[in-house]
Amino acid sequence: MKRHLISAADLTRDDAVLVLDTAEEMARVADRPIKKLPTLRGRTIVNLFFEDSTRTRISFEAAAKRLSADVINFSAKGSSVSKGESLKDTALTLEAMGADAVVIRHPASGAPYRLANSGWIDSTVVNAGDGTHEHPTQALLDAFTLRRRLVGRDAGMGKGLDGRRVTIVGDVLHSRVARSNVLLLHTLGAEVTLVAPPTLVPVGVESWPCEVSYDLDAVLPKSDAVMMLRVQRERMNAAFFPTEREYSRRYGLNGHRMAKMPGEAIVMHPGPMVRGMEITAEVADSDRCTAVEQVANGVSARMAVLYLLLGGSEPAISTTRTEENN
Amino acid sequence: MSKILIRGAKVLGGEPQDVLIDGETIEAVGTGLIAEGAQVIEADGKVLLPGLVDLHTHLREPGREDSETVLTGTQAAASGGYTAVFAMANTFPVADTAGVVEQVWRLGKESGYCDVQPIGAVTVGLEGKQLAELGAMHDSAAQVTVFSDDGKCVDDAVIMRRALEYVKAFGGVVAQHAQEPRLTEGAQMNEGIVSAELGLGGWPAVAEESVIARDVLLAEHVGSRVHICHLSTAGSVEIIRWAKSRGIDVTAEVTPHHLLLTDELVRSYNPVYKVNPPLRTEADVLALREALADGTIDIVATDHAPHPHEDKDCEWAAAAMGMVGLETALSVVQQTMVETGLLDWSGVAERMSYKPARIGSLTGHGRPVSAGEPANLTLVDTAYRGEVDPAGFASRSRNTPYEGRELPGRVTHTWLRGRATVVDGKLA
Repeated sequence: MKRHLISAADLTRDDAVLVLDTAEEMARVADRPIKKLPTLRGRTIVNLFFEDSTRTRISFEAAAKRLSADVINFSAKGSSVSKGESLKDTALTLEAMGADAVVIRHPASGAPYRLANSGWIDSTVVNAGDGTHEHPTQALLDAFTLRRRLVGRDAGMGKGLDGRRVTIVGDVLHSRVARSNVLLLHTLGAEVTLVAPPTLVPVGVESWPCEVSYDLDAVLPKSDAVMMLRVQRERMNAAFFPTEREYSRRYGLNGHRMAKMPGEAIVMHPGPMVRGMEITAEVADSDRCTAVEQVANGVSARMAVLYLLLGGSEPAISTTRTEENN
Repeated sequence: MSKILIRGAKVLGGEPQDVLIDGETIEAVGTGLIAEGAQVIEADGKVLLPGLVDLHTHLREPGREDSETVLTGTQAAASGGYTAVFAMANTFPVADTAGVVEQVWRLGKESGYCDVQPIGAVTVGLEGKQLAELGAMHDSAAQVTVFSDDGKCVDDAVIMRRALEYVKAFGGVVAQHAQEPRLTEGAQMNEGIVSAELGLGGWPAVAEESVIARDVLLAEHVGSRVHICHLSTAGSVEIIRWAKSRGIDVTAEVTPHHLLLTDELVRSYNPVYKVNPPLRTEADVLALREALADGTIDIVATDHAPHPHEDKDCEWAAAAMGMVGLETALSVVQQTMVETGLLDWSGVAERMSYKPARIGSLTGHGRPVSAGEPANLTLVDTAYRGEVDPAGFASRSRNTPYEGRELPGRVTHTWLRGRATVVDGKLA
């Protein structure tokens, strides 16, 4: 694996499968009374968040703490950043405090790439979501959820998602989740279809390794999983769609539409959900919806990423077993 | 009066000739010229061009002297072979009054490295709402004839129409920065395959092309001439080609960077490639070269846009748009146009000296290299090859996209009315 995780495209198929397998090992830790491994003891991980995202931040924080790393949370609000400090100076400050890894969430696409490649700092950089670019750990936790549900918890070990049909629905244009998922799921062998109104599909999408459809009803029967993206209400003010109700009618997932999906197919959502907009309460609360499971899987996937980027050469599996033997 | 004899120079790339300068004027051009007591410059097969003229330079003074001053900007211009530059109006305060344009004009006179012809703003504060006092700027000591809100588009069709009409009274021209503002809200780079992958706000080609289409039609309707700044798309080329075929009085410029660089470079997220208009695709680059060769695009203009280091040493979205260009323009043109066989050196002289001077009504520049003409000259070592090293720039800023890139050609001498401003590649 590369030293940093900036884009899902940084991962080869072998890398991605290794992360998922490692995440599966990490998930076993979560099932134990003491949910902690000594692996990253003495290492410092900084959560550098320039955007409010409590969910992602606490997920990374839980992952780092379960690996016994020291965690520093740096929120841009109320810090020197709001007084005009540059990203570079913030990064230099964190490195001076001894950060081994920087987990960064930033509203500007490419900010993590700049942090990793500008020679400002030597730390490992993990992209926790940058602008409308990518959110690779979200894609990893989604792939992890998909593999568990569609291939099997044990049967999936060492495997990808070959031939599985995943449909991603919603605001693709502004979605870092969609970009990372298209890349990663394709790497793992899945067939991805994007569904959105044409206004919310980026110009240039033809180069992506996926299909594009404007018709949700036509795609649902051919989907092993449907991933609903959050659609912000403000988008309609920029004429991306006429009204919330029209969006919901054409692209929202309700019980009637869910019935068109194959029997074992699942509904995913990266959260936060806008109930009544892209997803009805009936769907969100159904057994098919994995939204809560995804949150739990997020901790395992992020543990795997931090472990593999910082943990050195020892495989997580043997580390885990050593812990168990003690 | 001092005399200078330039011996064995390929005038406009032709057979080696001697050029004798007497004071501020070219006294003779020929072979075997002898002048007693003259300082002799052995050109040794270098190419001699008329001093270059840049219709589109940001000198930043007044207001942003941390990025460039009239002095450092004209030093950069001289280093790049220029003897005259047009200074854009988006300073602080904006050059929208006779007072500001006269200040810039006077600073240019004092610099002595290169003539500075101020451009006046079309509208007050570049805000696109009310015409600036265009007549007063023309009547001032600066004698402004080119007006532009560059950096911003004159997007109101009525304001644009009135400006086009109004400047006819004194032979002025409006230089339009064609950028439809609504289509480019939040735009960060060319909209296409790369922007889709990088998740950067798209800057569609149509935002440029639609304004150009409107403005050539407005110019036709009111019988005015119009100049279009920094063409960046193949579609813009088609519109200009169509307009010229209809007899519309339109001229157009292209920057060196749009002749060489593409949006693929943005994959580095390095803001040194962030520029307005944005870098486009390979197909656009090739169309622009073709159009510059066939005369659809009239001139090369640098859009030299200096920015301090901190405005580029940051994340893409936070970075300023623009590149410095005066000191690399001729090298980029040599590589993209001359060495590709699209232009010869007389074609370069037409597009980087004669024509920009004519568009800007600048007398005394853009004149042939012949007896009796002002001695504004540039000597170029076209055989030179070297990596661009920004540390050697005369400009106060270093935001070049060519750092470490090998480019051909080097200006060894520049003369402004017979006085050397650059000697052996160094400022005199």
